[in-house]
Amino acid sequence: MKTRINAIGREVPLDVRGVGEFVPYESPFGRIDTFASRSVTHARLRVAERGQNKVTDSLEGAIRKSGLEDGMTISFHHHLRNGDAVIPMVLEKLKEMGFRNLTFAPSSIPDSHDCVADYIECGLIGRLYTSGVRGKLGRLISSGRAGIPVVIRSHGGRARAIEEGTISIDVAFLAAPTCDSLGNISGSTGPSACGSLGYAITDATYAAHVIAITDNLVDPPIKGRVSIPQYRVDQIVRVASLGDPQKIATGAARITRNPSDLKIAENAFRLMKASGIIAPGFSFQMGAGGASLAVSVYLEEYMKKKGIVGSFGLGGISGHMSRMQREGLFKAIFDVQSFDAAVTESMSENPGHVEIDSSWYANPFNSGCLVHNLDCVILAALDVDINFNVNVLVGNDGALRGASGGHCDTAAGARLSIVALPSFRGGVCSIKDSVRNVTTPGETVDAIVTERGILINPLRKDLLESAEFTKLPVIDIHDLKRRIEKMTGRQDPRDSVNGDIVAVVEYRDGSLIDCVRQVEDL
Amino acid sequence: MKREERDGKRRLCRSMLYIPGDSPGMIQNAEVFGADSILLDLEDSIAESAKDSARKMVRSFLSGFDFGGLFVTVRVNSPDTAYFERDLREIVPCRPDAIRVPKCGTPADIMAAKALIAKIEQDSGIPEGSVKIHAMIETAIGVENAYLIASASERVSALTIGGQDLTADMFARKTREGWELFYARSRIVMAARAAGIMAFDTVWADINDSEGLFSETKQIVELGFDGKAAIHPSQIEVIHKAFRPDAREAARARRIVEAAERALREGKGVISVDGRMVDAPVVARAERLVEIASLYEYEEDNTL
Repeated sequence: MKTRINAIGREVPLDVRGVGEFVPYESPFGRIDTFASRSVTHARLRVAERGQNKVTDSLEGAIRKSGLEDGMTISFHHHLRNGDAVIPMVLEKLKEMGFRNLTFAPSSIPDSHDCVADYIECGLIGRLYTSGVRGKLGRLISSGRAGIPVVIRSHGGRARAIEEGTISIDVAFLAAPTCDSLGNISGSTGPSACGSLGYAITDATYAAHVIAITDNLVDPPIKGRVSIPQYRVDQIVRVASLGDPQKIATGAARITRNPSDLKIAENAFRLMKASGIIAPGFSFQMGAGGASLAVSVYLEEYMKKKGIVGSFGLGGISGHMSRMQREGLFKAIFDVQSFDAAVTESMSENPGHVEIDSSWYANPFNSGCLVHNLDCVILAALDVDINFNVNVLVGNDGALRGASGGHCDTAAGARLSIVALPSFRGGVCSIKDSVRNVTTPGETVDAIVTERGILINPLRKDLLESAEFTKLPVIDIHDLKRRIEKMTGRQDPRDSVNGDIVAVVEYRDGSLIDCVRQVEDL
Repeated sequence: MKREERDGKRRLCRSMLYIPGDSPGMIQNAEVFGADSILLDLEDSIAESAKDSARKMVRSFLSGFDFGGLFVTVRVNSPDTAYFERDLREIVPCRPDAIRVPKCGTPADIMAAKALIAKIEQDSGIPEGSVKIHAMIETAIGVENAYLIASASERVSALTIGGQDLTADMFARKTREGWELFYARSRIVMAARAAGIMAFDTVWADINDSEGLFSETKQIVELGFDGKAAIHPSQIEVIHKAFRPDAREAARARRIVEAAERALREGKGVISVDGRMVDAPVVARAERLVEIASLYEYEEDNTL
């Protein structure tokens, strides 16, 4: 395998067998800025028979009719979270029907789907394109036992890959919480309602064949918002259930009471305030993690006190963010993925709650994605390094256990990107000399906020000045690392990285930013 | 000259967070909670069966852990238990900033603790007087002897009131407003001031009632206490809020201190601020306010 060292010093392959050629990562916007014209792969045209009945009760029949063959690419969305039963249902049927060597290209894989590992081992899945990999699947891939090519992409990067044809979806199997008999789909109603279907919209637009799978088939017209219109849906399969409603419709996340997380949140909020970014017209994205949610509590109080009205909230939308919008603190929320059920109702009734597709959200190769309009994003991380590089994919044991998500997209796009994490976890310092795997390049990270102080990227001299001016607890990243390592000892994952490449990690522009390497004994 | 002035710096200790001595998870995050000081507890929060292990753990943290400049006090078991001497023997050599001695009733209690601590200091080769005593007053006799306790030894650098034991000893009924402790608090803060040492208030037990905590803290700030103990990290912010001088008060104090400095520079005897004459006690009070105010952010509203 020919490899090259990329601009952040990571060895990456120039081609991945069975997938194609890749270029090494250069810089956050280098390839995007020089990208002159686009040649988008247009969806294959197809004409449905007029008056045709799209509805069937037979998944097997629908699969046969779709023209799926061995080696083709299938896609799914992960909006049903851990309640999803559609991915296992379809994969089991495909296995039963004797398919082999399919490219499995979901928007991401819910934590609960350990079964995907089995479908790799039995030969059904021959290539894997995803945002996230965890649990048994993560261990299978990281151990090298999977033996299939794996490409990890960000949400924006996946939208780009689909539009440019790098991912060419042959059949999209899309869980549809509500679907009318013409094929109009909504994510925000029905017993398995999940809110936005942002990632599925992109798949429906570009897939050669779309099969909607629903447990709530209704007569047309569908009530309320249409997430995916009928002209993109070829077949409708009626099933008893899309999954476990309790796990699909998770309750609103509670604000953490963990003092360390609260301190992280307080520090992140104080940095936002010091940077002067919280002003009328402010736009904001936060993660679903404990500290991130708590930041929004401080933010809410401050915006109310100062009478600040922001422009929009973006991203994975939590119940808390949707409440802030209802209270008038943001004019709109752009929702590519709803985090909890508290959001679903808002999605169907509130015109300020806009469902967006993944290209609109984060694709760098279009005429304007929303992450490029973000003022501030709060992001989580597994660990970081002294160059501010962030790893969200690989655990301390070397196994894949995370998702790329919108991490590198928002970090690059937002004017102020803050990574919030505890300074040590499970007895291991969160600041490494060099992270095992780079998901987001340090150049795009403005600050790392911990419970023990704020670390500001030396590239952001302006931020450093305003933070010091307002007496924030700013600390040099090397100093904090030394202090924490006095407690935890030094553990540097790169000391032991030399295994074979088991997965490649794309940057949002399609270049390779890093590889995941084999770890024995998993 | 008062003792606190002679000792040089007088640390601000608005909040003192109790951390059970057998909770390594909390101890390692001590600085994160934001308290001005911490109290590593070997007494009431530790079960009999865990007394030895807690003592060992506190000892090991004190000797190897970086508390990042926090004022660290250890509350040992009371002198009438067998643990008292063992606690001191293990803890004093690690030089915590102070030892909190429970149930001090008479000056003799202080003299006994002092003798023991001095002996341990000598045996372990650390300068005599390194480890201060914070005397806990939690009995009726202790309240009546407050000044004698405060002034019994140079080693005593603070009086602190133990509300729950004291209320029981008084046969008093607990009120939400804290009337039953009004006399004891007043007496203790007076005794501490008379001896030139610090005064700390007792804990607020209901961790879900932060309004109650806030109004009680306001009350003890007004009485003159230097700080209040906390039993949960969430109480720290509330306590600090109660100690916060309001913006106008802080600004006026700053003007007084500046005027006093100017008067000193220019050799003037009379200080005038906002058209009013200011005398020495007002300057002293203003200096204290400025010092406390320096711990808070006062927004100049330049964010909009």
